[in-house]
Amino acid sequence: MKLELIGITKRFGSLVANDHIDLVVEPGQVHSLLGENGAGKSTLMNVLYGLYDPSEGEIRVDDEPVVFKGPADAMAAGIGMVHQHFMLVPVFTVAENVALGNETTKAGGLLNLARTRERIREISDQYGFAVDPDAVVEDLPVGVQQRVEIIKALVRDAEVLILDEPTAVLTPRETDELLGIMGQLTADGKSIVFISHKLREVKAVSDVITVIRRGKVVGTAEPSASTTELASLMVGRSVSLTLDKAPATPGEASFRVRDLVVQAANGQRVVDGLSFDVSQGEILAVAGVQGNGQTELTEAILGLQDHVSGSITLDGVELVGRSVKDIIRAGVGFVPEDRSVEGLVGSFTVAENLVLNRYDDAAFARGLSMSPAAIRKNAEEKIEEFDIRTQSASSAAGTLSGGNQQKVVMARELSRPLKLFIASQPTRGVDVGSIEFLHRRIVAERDGGTPVIIVSTELDEVLELADRIAVLYRGRFMGIVPGTVSRDVLGLMMAGMPADEALAQAHDVQGGDL
Amino acid sequence: MSTATTTTATGTGTGTSGVRSWKNPIILSVVALFCLVVFALGAPGNSVTFRLSEADDAIVLPSLVVSAPIIGWVCTLVMLALAVLAVVRTRAGVRTPTWVPAVFAVLFFIAFLTWVVGSARTPNVALYGLLAGSVTLAVPLIFGSLSGVLCERSGVVNIAIEGQLLFGAFAAAVAASLSGSAFVGLVAAAAAGVLVSLVLAVFSIRYVVNQVIVGVVLNVLVSGLTGFLFSAVLSEDSQRWNSPPRLPVIRIPFLADIPIIGPILFEQTIVGYLMYVAVAVVYVALYHSRWGLRTRAVGEHPKAADTLGVNVNRRRFVNVLLAGVVAGVGGSFFTLVAVSGFGKDMTAGQGYIALAALIFGRWNPIGAFFAALLFGFATNLSNVLSLLGTPVPDQFLRMLPYVVTVFAVAGLVGRSRAPGASGIPYIKG
Repeated sequence: MKLELIGITKRFGSLVANDHIDLVVEPGQVHSLLGENGAGKSTLMNVLYGLYDPSEGEIRVDDEPVVFKGPADAMAAGIGMVHQHFMLVPVFTVAENVALGNETTKAGGLLNLARTRERIREISDQYGFAVDPDAVVEDLPVGVQQRVEIIKALVRDAEVLILDEPTAVLTPRETDELLGIMGQLTADGKSIVFISHKLREVKAVSDVITVIRRGKVVGTAEPSASTTELASLMVGRSVSLTLDKAPATPGEASFRVRDLVVQAANGQRVVDGLSFDVSQGEILAVAGVQGNGQTELTEAILGLQDHVSGSITLDGVELVGRSVKDIIRAGVGFVPEDRSVEGLVGSFTVAENLVLNRYDDAAFARGLSMSPAAIRKNAEEKIEEFDIRTQSASSAAGTLSGGNQQKVVMARELSRPLKLFIASQPTRGVDVGSIEFLHRRIVAERDGGTPVIIVSTELDEVLELADRIAVLYRGRFMGIVPGTVSRDVLGLMMAGMPADEALAQAHDVQGGDL
Repeated sequence: MSTATTTTATGTGTGTSGVRSWKNPIILSVVALFCLVVFALGAPGNSVTFRLSEADDAIVLPSLVVSAPIIGWVCTLVMLALAVLAVVRTRAGVRTPTWVPAVFAVLFFIAFLTWVVGSARTPNVALYGLLAGSVTLAVPLIFGSLSGVLCERSGVVNIAIEGQLLFGAFAAAVAASLSGSAFVGLVAAAAAGVLVSLVLAVFSIRYVVNQVIVGVVLNVLVSGLTGFLFSAVLSEDSQRWNSPPRLPVIRIPFLADIPIIGPILFEQTIVGYLMYVAVAVVYVALYHSRWGLRTRAVGEHPKAADTLGVNVNRRRFVNVLLAGVVAGVGGSFFTLVAVSGFGKDMTAGQGYIALAALIFGRWNPIGAFFAALLFGFATNLSNVLSLLGTPVPDQFLRMLPYVVTVFAVAGLVGRSRAPGASGIPYIKG
């Protein structure tokens, strides 16, 4: 099936999310859409999938113009979509999820799930998915859930599959498997629209690459183009993808963790006996696939978790059992993983957000009253220093873009003398330009002699920042390796292989670009 | 950084596999000790008679005569053993099996019933009547909680059950009185329930008003409106406005003669039979039909349903209206079955108890059915006991259903999990 988008424009009020975008997806092709967060890729795909009405433009399927009033129309036309956040009902079984909206029924509207199970097994066998139709979705690993999403599309006879940032939640190995599946699908004549901002993957699988910036198509590229070329096309100016940082000059190991165990409410040991040190002037990156205990580890250090045992000391002072306020006062700076929920109060102004953890500081408050002038002055300095793009210090923080919100959080945490700096997913959902800036600030903090812990699921970021890398898998460290280790080794460790084995194995099979 | 420690060993080996929760063992121990003092040491010395059938029934069963002290001691000792078991298991860090609190609850119930009847002036109670009465009292609760199931499973919180029941009761009384036909009253009750639902649906789905607030406001509104009409119109000429004929009891021959369960299942009014049908239909439909699959999807993850072409808000709207039919019919029970005539605020909080039954029953029609039966039983027991003359003050007995409710909703019987999107309006895009 040939799919064409002609002059698609989508406006939200005065904002133009898509500006006359043309795109042709040929059968059997992997067509990649490359662009930064907020470039308009997802909007375009939601138009294509019938979730948004285009303000202008036309969609053609096999040269026939079509209008999609809703996802049902798009699916009927042979378009299937795997959303970035899976559209699966967690408490349903695989079969129920696949059947939903496309149910085969017996008399009286009763479900015929046997037929659906049969279809799932057929597809599962054809592509080697190994999906059990009766498994409950919330119990399945993320990679398998993604396959369920693909099955959902295939059951509806999709000819064009849209994959929206499909590798964001996968381990390197699962990513490889997904890329393999994509190969099988295109071999069967299906076409794939692959949305990503990860240059490496885009280069590996694409037949055609279309680059989108600020809602416009800014060019197409061959998969053979270099990553720097693609990156500058995506950002609109030349970017240095590698961070210049001096080798670490670690000092005293002032932050120590011993036998740290964090239990979830159901008794599961989500952090399972971690012991490590971080020295002054070094960055320890904690890598790993999402949900392997990273959140609990950082929150335990900050005192946000219940059921913590073991010992966490900063300059010899025990932190376990102390209040969050005490820990912040002890000099711990913390950038939480979800800035919009935990890092900021969206309806407060930028100025207020910049003093959230210092509201009762002598500099900003006297007795019961705050001093707005001091708060405002502080805000203006930070806006200048961190290049925060905001209309004014009194704009609500929630109105800022993701990158600028993150700069607000970072500015607040870095604007007091720290003894430990922890940043969780410091650049998630942040544009490439801001990433550079934020990374430089983190390295500057390190160079100032602060022990730094970075938690990130992005291997690129880990490799760029880390002096040492600890890989977390099911609450345990698979080992702590130097920052210069290869991606292959990290990939194996993220899938649960101890460091020494991973190092040995990666040594045996050199190669493998991903 | 050669000093890196790559320790992956487990902690100091405390051997715990879970966060130890002492809630269960403590509650079980306290209750068991209470039983020891009251039901065993304080057992009345006489024997207790449970009558299983009436003398003129087609099949007469002999009465069950038991000794109060023996039952008290046996139950208490087993309960103490279970409490000890729970303590030991928890101390060892092992999960207490779920049958322990379940068996404990059954034993407590037997011990309590024996003790309380035994202490009465006449230690003789008709067990069949106790059960039949429970079912009767549970009828509006069951309809109400089914209404809640229909709404909440599709993602709309229905606090307005009370209002639906009350308006159903009012409409049934007026319509039946005016037309002289109880069946017209039944239809009017359903329509009244739908009317309340319509307001709930329009405000909570169309205008995205907080669902709990709309529900509470509706309850107050219905209470005020029916209260006003009752004093302004119904009491003025109650012969014309408020003397509905009762629904006839339909007795199925032979089946109704089965001891104990016969009258419960086969000697009911049409509302009673409808209740059983409704529970079965809602259960089957919810878990085995296309409608049910879509309803549950809309209540758990509306966006997923939307991306598969299911119209989320339409589905919710229809379900809320259906819930109105169910609760409205439940309301007719008050005026067409229980008593003949409407009284101000006669539902007396039953809608809220139905809500509790819904949660206690874990948003499952069958679960809600049994939870409602339990509440019905508690109410009926307090009625029967006050007639028998027990040493327990009447007021305490009347608190019984509410105490049961509090414990039930507080999650004594495991954590219940609400539908994922319940109470969250769905806004497209």
